[in-house]
Amino acid sequence: MSNTELSNEDTKLSHATLPRGAQWLVGVAALALGGLSLVLGMGIVGAVVIGVLGFLIGYPLWALLVENRRSATDKLITGLVWTAFAVAVIPLIWLVYTVVSKGAATLSPEFLTYSMRSVTGDEQGGLYHALIGTLIVTGIAAVISIPIGIMTAIYLIEYGKGNRLAKTITFLVDVMTGIPSIVAGLFAFALFTLLVGPGTRFGFGGGIALSLLMIPTVVRSTEEMLKLVPDDLREAAYALGVPKWRTITKMVLPTAIGGIVTGVVLSISRVIGETAPLLVASGFNPNLNTNAFEDSPMMTVPVFIYTQLSEATEKGVEYAWGGALVLFILVMVLNLIARIVGTIFAPKTGR
Amino acid sequence: MTVAADPGADPGVDTKSELSGRGSMGDVVFRGLAVIAATLIMVALAAVFIFLGIEGIPGFSVDEQNYTGQGSFLGLVVPLLFATIYAAVLALIVAVPFSVAIALFISHYAPRRIATPVAYVIDLLAAVPSVVFGLWGAVVLGRYLVPTHAWLAENMAWLPFFDGQPSGNGRTLFTAAIVLAVMILPIITSICREVFAQTPRLHEEAALALGATRWEMIRYAVFPYARSGMVSAVMLGLGRALGETMALAMIVSPKVLISLFIIGTNNPQTIAAYIAQGYKESTPDRLSVLIATGLVLFAFTFLVNAAARWIVARGRAK
Amino acid sequence: MNTTSLRRALVPGITAAALALSISACGAANEQNSGSEGEGTLSGTIKGGGASSQEKGQAAWVAGIQDANPDLSVVYEPVGSGSGREGFATGGYLFAGTDSALNDDEGELTKAKEQCGADPIQVPAYVSPIAVVFNVEGVDELNLDPKTLAGIFSGKITKWNDPAIAATNPDATLPDSAITPVHRSDDSGTQENFTEYLAAAGGWAEEPSGEWPASIKGGEGGDGTSGVVTAMQGAGYIGFMDESAARENDLATVKVKVGEEFVAPSAEAASKILAASKSVGTSDNDMAVEVARTTTEAGVYPVVLVSYLLACPTYENAEDAANVKGYLEYILSEEGQEAAAEDAGSAPLDREIADKALELVGGIK
Repeated sequence: MSNTELSNEDTKLSHATLPRGAQWLVGVAALALGGLSLVLGMGIVGAVVIGVLGFLIGYPLWALLVENRRSATDKLITGLVWTAFAVAVIPLIWLVYTVVSKGAATLSPEFLTYSMRSVTGDEQGGLYHALIGTLIVTGIAAVISIPIGIMTAIYLIEYGKGNRLAKTITFLVDVMTGIPSIVAGLFAFALFTLLVGPGTRFGFGGGIALSLLMIPTVVRSTEEMLKLVPDDLREAAYALGVPKWRTITKMVLPTAIGGIVTGVVLSISRVIGETAPLLVASGFNPNLNTNAFEDSPMMTVPVFIYTQLSEATEKGVEYAWGGALVLFILVMVLNLIARIVGTIFAPKTGR
Repeated sequence: MTVAADPGADPGVDTKSELSGRGSMGDVVFRGLAVIAATLIMVALAAVFIFLGIEGIPGFSVDEQNYTGQGSFLGLVVPLLFATIYAAVLALIVAVPFSVAIALFISHYAPRRIATPVAYVIDLLAAVPSVVFGLWGAVVLGRYLVPTHAWLAENMAWLPFFDGQPSGNGRTLFTAAIVLAVMILPIITSICREVFAQTPRLHEEAALALGATRWEMIRYAVFPYARSGMVSAVMLGLGRALGETMALAMIVSPKVLISLFIIGTNNPQTIAAYIAQGYKESTPDRLSVLIATGLVLFAFTFLVNAAARWIVARGRAK
Repeated sequence: MNTTSLRRALVPGITAAALALSISACGAANEQNSGSEGEGTLSGTIKGGGASSQEKGQAAWVAGIQDANPDLSVVYEPVGSGSGREGFATGGYLFAGTDSALNDDEGELTKAKEQCGADPIQVPAYVSPIAVVFNVEGVDELNLDPKTLAGIFSGKITKWNDPAIAATNPDATLPDSAITPVHRSDDSGTQENFTEYLAAAGGWAEEPSGEWPASIKGGEGGDGTSGVVTAMQGAGYIGFMDESAARENDLATVKVKVGEEFVAPSAEAASKILAASKSVGTSDNDMAVEVARTTTEAGVYPVVLVSYLLACPTYENAEDAANVKGYLEYILSEEGQEAAAEDAGSAPLDREIADKALELVGGIK
């Protein structure tokens, strides 16, 4: 069959090309090669590696023989891109699968509504206290970061436009994006060690640490959205004699609000899973603590996962997986909200 | 400090807003708020330096016993800094080719039907908390990689990374570097993807019309256009890898040392993991040592980021 | 404008949701009604801290006393022995847990005396056997003498079929594979007690310490008990940890040579050690002992962690005094010791010693 096709193509084109469906042919051959090595006792991993290598080498080689070098390179790269994709997807799927399957086994109404107060041995405990702690700490971070972040972006886009201060701030925001999260935690810890007393670990400290990480992402995403607002809109408003601040609050922000909300929600989902800064700044506590300003540690879900794993017990590892699933769901829900908000507002922000 | 907007930047806007007397009070207040917010960022960054300094500088010279047997602060922080950079670079070596390939896959190779959900999933994965990655690496992945460790030690020992007695439990920098790579992969991928997608359609079509293969089109039309974007993507990945704490703290069996060997039982410990593991049981002296190492980490990432900005800005200017 | 009204609806909506969340934070299901069974009259909050080796025992005791006294909250922060002693001496902690007895090397005892206004009370509260665990293919039982243990952990004995190991295990088929000894990479009371044992009984050359000596090359460090536990998954590994952790994770334990026999770690064998140890207390209120690591007495397991509680004989605040007294009395009671034995796998205190400690604690006012 390939022969007839080959001759057909031959008459039409100036140089020889591989038959249509050549990649499938090579694919089948590679599969056979893999199967053969499996039979020969290479083990499943070895067989897959050999099969993939067979395809990666065989396909370009055939192209090299029939077509030319350029085409062979192209085929090699195509193969590599697909392989890279497949290889990279494996750990990602594996991770998600493990978290969901192991976490689901732990998840129960008790797990979600109990704290770890007075829980010992095989007694049922839960992460309610950590969940509330996470909401409070992240809430504090959001309350601090959102106004500062949005106002900074407004300054950069609407007022600063290229002046010295704006350039400096843009640079600093970029640098801030790269602050290691544990450094943010240490900062909050150092700050409150000086302000309150040595060894202070409480919810507000964690909030401060997270806001340091959250502000730059809010600034960046808001900035991008404000840039998308057409200048015509601003100029039309100015022409009508609307003061600048009214223009910004009544015209620019409403136009960009969808994107801004999306960005804000995404930035919350980034910091909600931060562990290291909370470990340092908020500490851990088996009891429910709803007061972020009292000098007493506040548990959060990521820290719950870490401490449960450190328990070195079967129960602890189970709880850690349960916590991981809860955190995973939290992050996914936030992302979904961001997506939905994004789609609802999308046509209005478009250029 | 009060900074006036550059009058040359947007003259029309300024004059108009000044004309309308009604809003001037509101304008002053609103503008003031914006300036305060922007200045707060400078203050916050300065505060990070100042407070870490106040609490950390005593840590440069405390009693010898606080330096984990390394004798002095320098003796402690140099191996830690080495490990921090080393782990991040290893992760980048693994992650960058894959990220670029996946980004290309999404933007240029995969059919749209596949590309859109793949892009969405990758974006979601960028948000998976690092503690979850750490848990997975520590409890699941490490064990599966033990045969790989043995294989590498047997067959690849001519490389200094694999020359030695392999670990029997996978709690190594090798495992951690893979986990780190998986963590930063979505970040680098999503930025690269966006940059690739922004390549002018006309350039691409022109290349194809001239008879270029798809790869040639990517090489000569897409990559040159995307270069500075790719650099900043890699830098962002590097930044995240440098500061990553939990994955390393949960996975690796650490020791403060300088060594290229990554599959053994003693693995170089990074600054962030050192802090996370040391903070819990700490005397004030130990704490100030930890904060001092944090200060070093902060200063270092600051430099890296500043350098990255400079590179990107230079790339754009060309 | 449509978007404006949406924004108006959205922003308060989000705020309201956040508020609702923080207000609905009413209390964990298991924290409510927990008082139904308790009839104790202690109330208030006391905070202590110190050795993390006691963490699980403290968790059991805190649970016990809180169940009995619903209005009482006891907080124990596992910040490490050093920080615990420091916190006690500066008044930050009303009581403290410490793995090494309070002494005056760095003026801690004097400071604590000033804080209390009298000699501080120091009583043993938590005795836990430390298990030496191993993971060698094809070997289920292992007998080792202290000298061989020291050789293994200092990196001098490197193969499982080393003659020194074979000598005490004539029936085992020992493989010709490398030994990877696992230690703690963090500062740990378990490690301090283990190295103390090695130094006393096995000719360990290093100074016993919570931190692993940097001069020993090789081996593997694990962060915390969990780090050691996961490290022990590797074949050819040997490590040490709380006996309860070894049991919890199904790890094989080494029998250690005491006198002429080999003794497996157990709570019963460990609890006998205090009676055999000699007192080194600095005052009448101090029950510190020097653990008899080199004992040859039959059935005694000398690789143990002994951890103390610190308290003041008098407190300014009567409520604090009553709470600390109540809590410590519970810890030292038969019931408290049993609770810790069950949940943390510790060895219940010898009753004679516990009664003496109870007498001291009973005088708190």
